[in-house]
Amino acid sequence: MSGVDQWALIGMVQAMFLVLAVGGCMANRWPVLIVPLYALAALACLIGTVAALSTLLAADGGVSRLVLPVGLPDIQSHLRLDGLAALFLAIVNIGGIAAAVYGIGYDAHVSQPARILAPFPLFLAGMNLVPVADDAFTFLIGWELMSVASWLLVLTSHEQADNRRAALVYLTMAAFGALALLMAFGALAGAGGGYTFEAMRRATPSPTIATLAALALLLGAGSKAGLAPLHVWLPLAHPAAPSHVSALMSGAMTKVALYALMRGLLELAGTPQWWWGGLLAVIGGLTAALGALQSLTQNDTKTLLAYSTIENIGVIAAALGLAVAFKASGQTLQAGLALTAALFHALNHSLFKSLLFLGAGAVLHGTGTRALDRLGGLIHRLRWTAPLVLIGCLAISAVPPLNGFASEWLVFQSVLDATGLGHWEMKFAAPVVGALLALAAALAAAGFVRFYGIAFLGRPRDRAAAGAHEVAPSMLAAMAGLAGLCLAFGAWPGVPLAPLTRIATTLADPSGVLSGPLLDGRTAWLAVAPHGELTAVYSGLVAALGLAALTGIVVGVASMVSGGRVRRGPAWDCGFPNPDPATQYTASSLSQPLRRIFGSVVLAARDRVEMPPAGDLGPARFASTLRDPAWHYLFDPLIGLITRATERLNLLQFLAIRVYLSLMFAALIGLLIVVAVAR
Amino acid sequence: MTALVILIVQLIVPVALAPLLTGFVRKIKARLLGRRGPALLQPYRDLARLMRKEPVLAHNASWLFRGAPYGAFGAVWLAMTAIPIFTTSSLSLGLDLIAIAGLLGLARILIALAGMDVGTSFGGIGASREMTIGALAEPALFVAIIALALVANSTALPDMAKAMGDGVGLRVSLALALGAIVMVAIAETGRIPVDNPATHLELTMVHEAMVLEYSGRHLAMIELGAMLKLALYLSLIACIFTPWGIARDADAAALAVGLGLWLAKLAAGGLALAIFETAIAKMRVFRYPEFLGAALLFGILGVVFLYISQHLK
Repeated sequence: MSGVDQWALIGMVQAMFLVLAVGGCMANRWPVLIVPLYALAALACLIGTVAALSTLLAADGGVSRLVLPVGLPDIQSHLRLDGLAALFLAIVNIGGIAAAVYGIGYDAHVSQPARILAPFPLFLAGMNLVPVADDAFTFLIGWELMSVASWLLVLTSHEQADNRRAALVYLTMAAFGALALLMAFGALAGAGGGYTFEAMRRATPSPTIATLAALALLLGAGSKAGLAPLHVWLPLAHPAAPSHVSALMSGAMTKVALYALMRGLLELAGTPQWWWGGLLAVIGGLTAALGALQSLTQNDTKTLLAYSTIENIGVIAAALGLAVAFKASGQTLQAGLALTAALFHALNHSLFKSLLFLGAGAVLHGTGTRALDRLGGLIHRLRWTAPLVLIGCLAISAVPPLNGFASEWLVFQSVLDATGLGHWEMKFAAPVVGALLALAAALAAAGFVRFYGIAFLGRPRDRAAAGAHEVAPSMLAAMAGLAGLCLAFGAWPGVPLAPLTRIATTLADPSGVLSGPLLDGRTAWLAVAPHGELTAVYSGLVAALGLAALTGIVVGVASMVSGGRVRRGPAWDCGFPNPDPATQYTASSLSQPLRRIFGSVVLAARDRVEMPPAGDLGPARFASTLRDPAWHYLFDPLIGLITRATERLNLLQFLAIRVYLSLMFAALIGLLIVVAVAR
Repeated sequence: MTALVILIVQLIVPVALAPLLTGFVRKIKARLLGRRGPALLQPYRDLARLMRKEPVLAHNASWLFRGAPYGAFGAVWLAMTAIPIFTTSSLSLGLDLIAIAGLLGLARILIALAGMDVGTSFGGIGASREMTIGALAEPALFVAIIALALVANSTALPDMAKAMGDGVGLRVSLALALGAIVMVAIAETGRIPVDNPATHLELTMVHEAMVLEYSGRHLAMIELGAMLKLALYLSLIACIFTPWGIARDADAAALAVGLGLWLAKLAAGGLALAIFETAIAKMRVFRYPEFLGAALLFGILGVVFLYISQHLK
């Protein structure tokens, strides 16, 4: 397919989104529009996916450009579609298809559907614009469209005070992030005003400017992606939106932020320095461990998933940091491998996190609650949702043969490669980052055993869970599609990795030093085998088929020997079964050991039990408190400082006119002095 | 042809001999305590009896409860097959040490979920503690893998066995990595001082608490899986740290020697385990972080010493 066709498709997709947004405004008056609007949104995303895949699968990784005569005077709008942009377009649009198909069933019961349906296509339009933007203005317009539309979606259930607070925190952080990105682009464009990315690629900024721009990028894109300590808005905002929007925010929007980080650090910000990568890797490792630990302590299904997003963003950021460090040290092959790992985990996370958010939405839909401690036994009620969510839980727990393991395996290989870096700081950081990532993976596994075990297994803890009903077929179809991709990418990681290695090679090795491919191509359909000093092979196919075959043999032998009969009886429970479902382990009790071991230090977690005095028959009370260190050490003091400062500055509002005039005069004189000195 | 025979031996022999290893450890422990102990073949009899019996399922047990024992056993079995127990030739399954750890993680998750399926408090306590141990053990294991990969330049076990067999000499760093892996192995296989496989006191159970609701052939699969996991960790340590006699090519005599030496290594490992378990008392649950934190420290020290020795070279 030639470049013109892709631009035609992308243009058509954007036009469809705009029309759909207008149509969405009318959904309140004509609810019959809900189904066609979502179906058309899914179709638009499908077209976007086709455009992205045709670029991704083109053997030459063809780059095509387009200049539109709109935008600021003399600048125009520059668009560019290359491998990296196409990958993120694919991530956004695959998530978009799933969310839109899911929305058909989900939105049928919403009171004001226009609140979702009007901003939903705009959100998708913004996320479709950012990856193809090739100048700072177009990029920021797409970025802000994405932020504002998702802010509106967070406010869908605005009658709840928590959601309003979440939206406010989100808007503040989004504004901060956009400001930081503006600074980064401003620094890179310099006095010459080269606001196109093409000019930034050609320019060679001084190391100071490049470092400033890289730090600003890290603040701007990192806050959007959810890197600690700028993650605080994410666990508030993502769960507040409707579930299919949460899936898009966690699955797609955080990836768009990572796209900005990759594009910026590896292409635009001049020659990378090794310590940017080291800093990013350590921040990534810490983010991963902190996110996994906090996910383990949450009792709300969607908040728990949002914290787990922070964990996975940390994993991707750690791999990206290693890629930057490798590239700065001239180890192109290892840089390419680390970047491949980051891209693959980004793709995989978008799949299983969308699946899990849609699953949490199905639980919310079927039971009416997000509180983990009111659920239980849903495996008997949500017969189709339960196995699909199980696939998502296993994928995010990084166990073979699913896709989460394949990408984490590549990340771990990059950590092992990092022991070969020249700088001693990086050599020592490598095992620490590796241990943090391993800890995060194990905590995530514990967290998802907790999520699945409390919500889907055991006995219903509440009437809502006991009377849960299975969700609409369109919602199941969306989940089944994502689960199928998780299984397929786990068994054949070589298939998605082929285009990803091409993208990574282009980014890590723009001058073309590298002679061969990153992965061993001969056995690509069977196994992943990175080239490099370290030899290692992982075969998703052997893991999948081996598990299936060996488990099949065991089942066959066991039922042959014992005849396959079973008898049903009451639970044994050591001879003292208690019919009260409150005697089961709860979400809080399941995570108690880990909360006490890690949480008491990191999160200042405290458990308090208040027993009634002896002889009193009243209930004992249990309370568990914890705090996010980012709020406690960074944001609360900052908010206090700003409040005090604004109270002081408030005086300025009540001055006489002559004081204002003299202040303005003083400012003018001050500026003139500055100009004179600078000359 | 030889490759197929080797694969079949790799598949069948460990499963067939795992109960014998457990019987051996139990026998030695009993003798050390001055008892005669059950016969060496008692685990086989127990398994045969469980297989014959009709399983009793709780009324609300789901498909996950029935499927998990088989899935977990399949995962441990596949992981065992990926370990070069007597030969490094023709065993390119594409599963390295990280994948083996991942497969054991899959088995752990499945059993922990099954423990929560019926909704009893003991199932929950077991699942909670099992996942805690996993979260503490995995960083230590991974740092130990870094130390080994630094020596072998690979995470694949055949390469590690070859590199260690080619004489890397006695090194402090490898001793530290060995210490880390042994401690992780003790925790992961549920042995004293972390868990007691013979306990019948519910509050101290970890693994046993999760599988309380199982009976019949399901319980047989879980018991056999636990026995196989013990054989797996002993074989893993043996193939990395004592790679002597592991055949490099498909020569019949070398293969026989390799197989015989593997049995001897398993016996030695079982003996050491029995003595260690007899000499030490079980820990409280909240002492686990100290135990596995020490393992993590050993691993990190091992990596640091390796850096220093590479730098001095």
